[in-house]
Amino acid sequence: MNQKSISEIEEEIISDFSMFDSWEDKYEYLIDLGKQLPELEETFKTTDHKIKGCQSSVWLIASYQDGQVFFKADSDAMIVKGLVSMLIKVLSGQPPKAILEAKLEFIKEIGMFSHLAQTRSNGLLAMIKQMKNYALAFQSIEELENK
Amino acid sequence: MKTPAFKSSSLTDNDTPTGESTNLAQHKQESFDVKAIRARFPILSRRVNEKDLIYFDNAATSQKPTAVIDSISDYYSRYNANIHRGIHTLAEEATLAYEASRYAVQEFIGAAMVEEIVFTRGTTEAINLVAYTWGRQNIHAGDEILISGMEHHSNIVPWQILCQEKNAVLKVIPILDDGTLSIAQYQQLLSEKTKIVAIVQVSNALGTVNPVKEMIAMAHQFGAKVLVDGAQSAVHLDIDVLDLDCDFFAFSGHKLYAPTGIGVLYGKQELLETMPVFQGGGEMIKEVSFEHTTYNDLPYKYEAGTPNIADTIALKAAFDFIKSIGKDQIRKHERELLVYATSQLENIPGLEIIGKAKEKVSLVSFIIKNLHPQDIGILLDNLGIAVRTGHHCTQPLMKRFGIPGTVRASFALYNTKEEIDVLIAGIYKSIKMLS
Repeated sequence: MNQKSISEIEEEIISDFSMFDSWEDKYEYLIDLGKQLPELEETFKTTDHKIKGCQSSVWLIASYQDGQVFFKADSDAMIVKGLVSMLIKVLSGQPPKAILEAKLEFIKEIGMFSHLAQTRSNGLLAMIKQMKNYALAFQSIEELENK
Repeated sequence: MKTPAFKSSSLTDNDTPTGESTNLAQHKQESFDVKAIRARFPILSRRVNEKDLIYFDNAATSQKPTAVIDSISDYYSRYNANIHRGIHTLAEEATLAYEASRYAVQEFIGAAMVEEIVFTRGTTEAINLVAYTWGRQNIHAGDEILISGMEHHSNIVPWQILCQEKNAVLKVIPILDDGTLSIAQYQQLLSEKTKIVAIVQVSNALGTVNPVKEMIAMAHQFGAKVLVDGAQSAVHLDIDVLDLDCDFFAFSGHKLYAPTGIGVLYGKQELLETMPVFQGGGEMIKEVSFEHTTYNDLPYKYEAGTPNIADTIALKAAFDFIKSIGKDQIRKHERELLVYATSQLENIPGLEIIGKAKEKVSLVSFIIKNLHPQDIGILLDNLGIAVRTGHHCTQPLMKRFGIPGTVRASFALYNTKEEIDVLIAGIYKSIKMLS
């Protein structure tokens, strides 16, 4: 269970990246984060789980347990996998409301993707949108069940 | 006789494309000085991610020389007016400059008549124009439209839409492993049912130069019309639509140093005369009443509304720029870059070039074993190098090679071997970072 809030985890990531001065070191760290992400089972790598709007393939699955959303994801591109890994770190295990409200300022703060176009072309925006969609869906289901 | 498209048999240094320079000799040529040429492109002095920009995405769009940029600014500063209708001096000057561009296009592609030159927004609109007008008039249920497996989406989708509407059949000429078309299978696909062949002259993803002249002759034997997508070829090859005998030829300005938003559809006069109109509005009419409208003569029949005057005028500035250097000279330089880049890339372990046709323009598409093209592209961008990664709007082609996409470096006249060296070093660095 995730005890830390989204903003606390964001702060940790920002502080981790601030240790690196050069873009090379930042990317190598990001690539390492991707490598640490557990591989998604092949059975989940289907069109249904694929995020549209990415140049690389990104698969995302979500589950809901005790008021928290859990994400698992994978990508065939390493930098994108690093991005996915950061998003999972921040958003997985959080309640739907917190996921929906998350501004995810850390993406800008780590100083790698300052332009909106950059986040669009590497699929980051599409990933965030899909994660928020899942959160919204789980939230709606719960509201219906509580009625 | 116009200069033929270049022919070459292999990728070697001494095998530079040759062609009679009869029509190029008319223009005074400067000797090829890449440094001087670079000075004519202001954008090339900018820095990206604290590095000198290296622009290798020329097949997507080329950069613009000062002459082109100035011609737009000159138009808006000195003689901006709507064309064809005004009787005042500005309107006359603007009309003259606009129509001068049409003559320049006629000369650039060797058309018989200036009336055969229709201005469009680009290649895509030109192809759509043909599909929506000629296509709707001439394609019927059961007819066949032939395209190739290396078409850009813009030369697939308009025909797909037409086929769905008319219950016609879209057939595809297969591609061989080296990235060339199977001419044998093309021959077999042609039949009395074939009504139009829509074929790219140069592949944007592979660089392959297709033997369109022969393919056009083969199609004509069956009475089929041929549209040539010249989006990539017009900047590199000498285009002679009469020699090719194509029925339609489409290209974009922005890939040949002109602005975006201006393109050309060439069509044989007898076809353009009989085709229905594309869009209705001003410019394309002769007389309008609420009961009936008569349409304007060629080419205005297909140019509804106030056109893109500034960019059309700048198109001529781009042609003049190309002429001032000479396509032969440009090709020679680009060929050297292609040969050099190819040999350097082939030395990189795990790197495979996709598209190994003998006749290629100056672009190299490649993949690196176990690495995603996007990762390479992102890291190269951090080094100031602009390449294209992905499927290049040719998803069926990528599927044919069983790859998600490639990294594509495409070279223009202002690129240098030194820039290729930086690219090669950047690729080595990327591989190291990613493994």
